[in-house]
Amino acid sequence: MTIHDLTLAELRARLDNRELSAVEVTNAYLERIAATNPDLNSFITVCNETAIVEAQAADQALAAGEVAPLTGLPIAVKDIFNTAGLRTTCASRILENYVSPYDATAIARIKAQKAVIVGKLNMDEFAMGSSNENSAFGAVRNPWNLEHVPGGSSGGSAASIAAHQAAAALGTDTGGSVRQPAAHCSVVGLKPTYGRVSRYGVVAYASSLDQVGPVTRDVRDSALLLQAIAGYDSADSTSVDTPVPDYQANLTGDLRGMKIGLPKEYFIEGLDDDVRKAITDAAATYKALGAEIIEVSLPHTAYAVACYYLIATAEASSNLARYDGVRYGLRDENAEKLIDMYMQSRAAGFGTEVKRRIMLGTYALSSGYYDAYYIKAQKVRTLIRQDFLDVFEKVDTLLTPVAPTPAFALGEKTDDPLQMYLSDIYTIPVNLAGTCAMSLPCGFSAKGLPIGLQLIGKPFDEATMLRTAHAFEQATEWHKRTPKF
Amino acid sequence: MTQRYETVIGLEVHAQLTTNTKIFCGCSTEFGQTPNSQTCPVCLALPGALPVLNQKAVELAIRTGLATNCQIAPRSIFARKNYFYPDLPKGYQISQFELPVCEHGWLDIDLENGERKRIGITRAHMEEDAGKLVHGDTPETSSNSLVDLNRACTPLLEIVSEPDMRSADEAISYLKKLHQIVVYLGVCDGNLEEGSFRCDANISVRPYGQEELGTRAELKNLNSFRFIKQAIEFEVERQIDLIESGGKVVQETRLFDSNTGMTRSMRGKEDAHDYRYVPDPDLVPLVISQEWIEEVRATLPELPEAKRSRFVEELGLTAYDAEVLAADRELADYFDASVALAKDAKSCANWIMGDVLRKLKETDTTIANAPVSPELLTGLLARIADNTISGKIAKKVFEKMWQNGQTADQIIDKEGLKQVTDTGAIESLVDEVIAANPGQVAEYLGGKEKLIGFFVGKVMQASQGKANPGMVNQLLKQKLTGN
Ligand SMILES: [Zn+2]
Repeated sequence: MTIHDLTLAELRARLDNRELSAVEVTNAYLERIAATNPDLNSFITVCNETAIVEAQAADQALAAGEVAPLTGLPIAVKDIFNTAGLRTTCASRILENYVSPYDATAIARIKAQKAVIVGKLNMDEFAMGSSNENSAFGAVRNPWNLEHVPGGSSGGSAASIAAHQAAAALGTDTGGSVRQPAAHCSVVGLKPTYGRVSRYGVVAYASSLDQVGPVTRDVRDSALLLQAIAGYDSADSTSVDTPVPDYQANLTGDLRGMKIGLPKEYFIEGLDDDVRKAITDAAATYKALGAEIIEVSLPHTAYAVACYYLIATAEASSNLARYDGVRYGLRDENAEKLIDMYMQSRAAGFGTEVKRRIMLGTYALSSGYYDAYYIKAQKVRTLIRQDFLDVFEKVDTLLTPVAPTPAFALGEKTDDPLQMYLSDIYTIPVNLAGTCAMSLPCGFSAKGLPIGLQLIGKPFDEATMLRTAHAFEQATEWHKRTPKF
Repeated sequence: MTQRYETVIGLEVHAQLTTNTKIFCGCSTEFGQTPNSQTCPVCLALPGALPVLNQKAVELAIRTGLATNCQIAPRSIFARKNYFYPDLPKGYQISQFELPVCEHGWLDIDLENGERKRIGITRAHMEEDAGKLVHGDTPETSSNSLVDLNRACTPLLEIVSEPDMRSADEAISYLKKLHQIVVYLGVCDGNLEEGSFRCDANISVRPYGQEELGTRAELKNLNSFRFIKQAIEFEVERQIDLIESGGKVVQETRLFDSNTGMTRSMRGKEDAHDYRYVPDPDLVPLVISQEWIEEVRATLPELPEAKRSRFVEELGLTAYDAEVLAADRELADYFDASVALAKDAKSCANWIMGDVLRKLKETDTTIANAPVSPELLTGLLARIADNTISGKIAKKVFEKMWQNGQTADQIIDKEGLKQVTDTGAIESLVDEVIAANPGQVAEYLGGKEKLIGFFVGKVMQASQGKANPGMVNQLLKQKLTGN
């Protein structure tokens, strides 16, 4: 047994029966990170010192019998989460040396259970990207093939879990940023329903779309980590005060009577043959497990990407206004006038993609264009949401691809933002609709790159979605494969 | 020349709401604290921080809306007003734009000619205040600007009037009325100098008879009623002169300079921001139930206007007295409490408007802290009514009461001020005075009847003011004329 190959649930059992201590587990992971990070670049900050201190505290809690589900478990978090006393960069030059004075709610919740935070993960700058190439700290590489991207924006989260650098990770998903990299790295990524997990302390990209989600090696771990972070938070007005069920208790493997929809708009031109086959096979597996497979329609799917790039950029253009060099972050000290300080600090601090989206969003909100772009996009969003509510009258879950293709090569799409944007075509509608979805391993391409399937659940019914995912995982071996790394 | 033009004025008032904590975080709103000591991740706009609406601020907005005859929106939304400035930490101000919390209200103002005029209130919306820029005061720091964010994120209600006012006097009348209401309601402390009640004025002129509005200028930096009047009057003159000399008014923001009494251009229309208003995705729509509105309505105090008419119609005060007494909520409460105890509203009004207000002014005290409570005051009035003391003695007693907080009875007893109503005792004093002043008696009998005052004075003096003046008068006349 190698410590870093164990899942959260397996580590839990060994910590509880004292086979392992939290300090041993943490050391094993810190060593693994040290050995692998030069190749992957999945971490921006490794918590070599604080992680040991936290592990010691976890061991004390274990000794005292004060055990929570995450006590002593090594977790890495995307560098978008505010972590008190640690650098929180959002993979941007503008926050390169920013140390946050407070914990995000999701962080506070896992800390309250005495989880051990082993490091802060690389990502696309301000979560804007689908390949993790937009990082001021360099691209992350895919552990399955170092010449390929891990996906984005939570690329570091997915790569680190695939490469066993942490037992689980937290990412964020605004248009597919947890699910798409999870698919590209053959791990499990879950985007909860909007409002299920607090956004407080998560650096905002697009506030009406952002949601925190777990990245794990299997579905049980996903349930475990979601359990820890889900639930109402009075510090986030958009978090929803609705009961959180016991997710692990729902993992029964029972799919009898389950209706799974295949939205026909998701199986169109541009869908890679290997991916199409993997999803078709997955549907067959579900049928064999007793689920009913039904073709359904989400008629407004084609407008989702355009709609997303108006709403997300509009919100981002406003959310990123606070990085002005006045109170914290990068400031051009040579600026003569106030306006120069703003312009030069932001010009130096933001990367190309971030600037592109700020400009797009600013344009969409400008006087004279607002109605034609932003308002129109909001109307389309309502129609897309209604599409999902309509199909959920007929089916319990939707089964779709996560991305049209397996992970593309580094540099392949960096010159073509539009092509890059289209890689999120299957994940974006879920964020616009505000419902939950998850990605899990379902095969490999002819070139040996991972393929993921997406399950889309009813709003606030993560439990049924997890049960559906777990049953597939039990029936297949894909999640057991690890990269030869 | 001025007579050919009609002035059109619309006012925007920013009233700082009297919540203990800020509108979107839990920081204190107390004024005058150490810079940046009242801040947190939310009002510093640290990455990842989120706003949460203060429900108390909503309640105060509803209160103001109801008192200004507005409709309270069952659903209103917060929007971001985007612009860069160092005192605006998020790079946007959270305000309300398309759906404000209050709309379609009005206030009636009294014109000089005794008529009333209704001024429309377009809307009142909630928003957060910005911080403050402080400029260095030493040679080394004079080129620096320091940012104090204690005020950032404190709640404001912006109350926007229709362009219904036609003169500076009307504008002041509206402002004073609005000021009185928000202070009465306790939603705003009304301090103009500290900026808790701020006013911007939109001014334009047009030839009489023209329906279309003239181009307007927006005046800022008006922090007293006097300056507002001055600024409007200056601006109206400026615009008329400009038009008369063949020029054109341009749409711009102008700053009033209280030193020169003039307004000067701050920024023109071409420099106007495109604020790119957008609904704030961090805040859910504000939903206000009818029950909540009714709950707030039930707690509304009687407003000045209602008080005034009650004082006139039910208590028989003059319009002037009613106006003075209703102008301040605590003064009106003091008056009401006094009337409840003494029944005689007129004498209560006279005493409060006379001696009580005078002492407050002399001692720089507020009515709430007056050492003479309504109970004490009406105790004094009772002794006048039952002839225990004269009005003149009462003034002395009142002074003592103010000094030591004792009851009128205690002071009257201790100082022996009880009025002499014993006919025999007064009679002997009268006799003494007549005997001691034969010359004046002769003159009086010779027809100089005015001298009765002289004799009354002498008797009162001899009684140390305690003799009942009515009885003294009567007895003197009897004795002097021998009948
Ligand atoms: Zn604060």
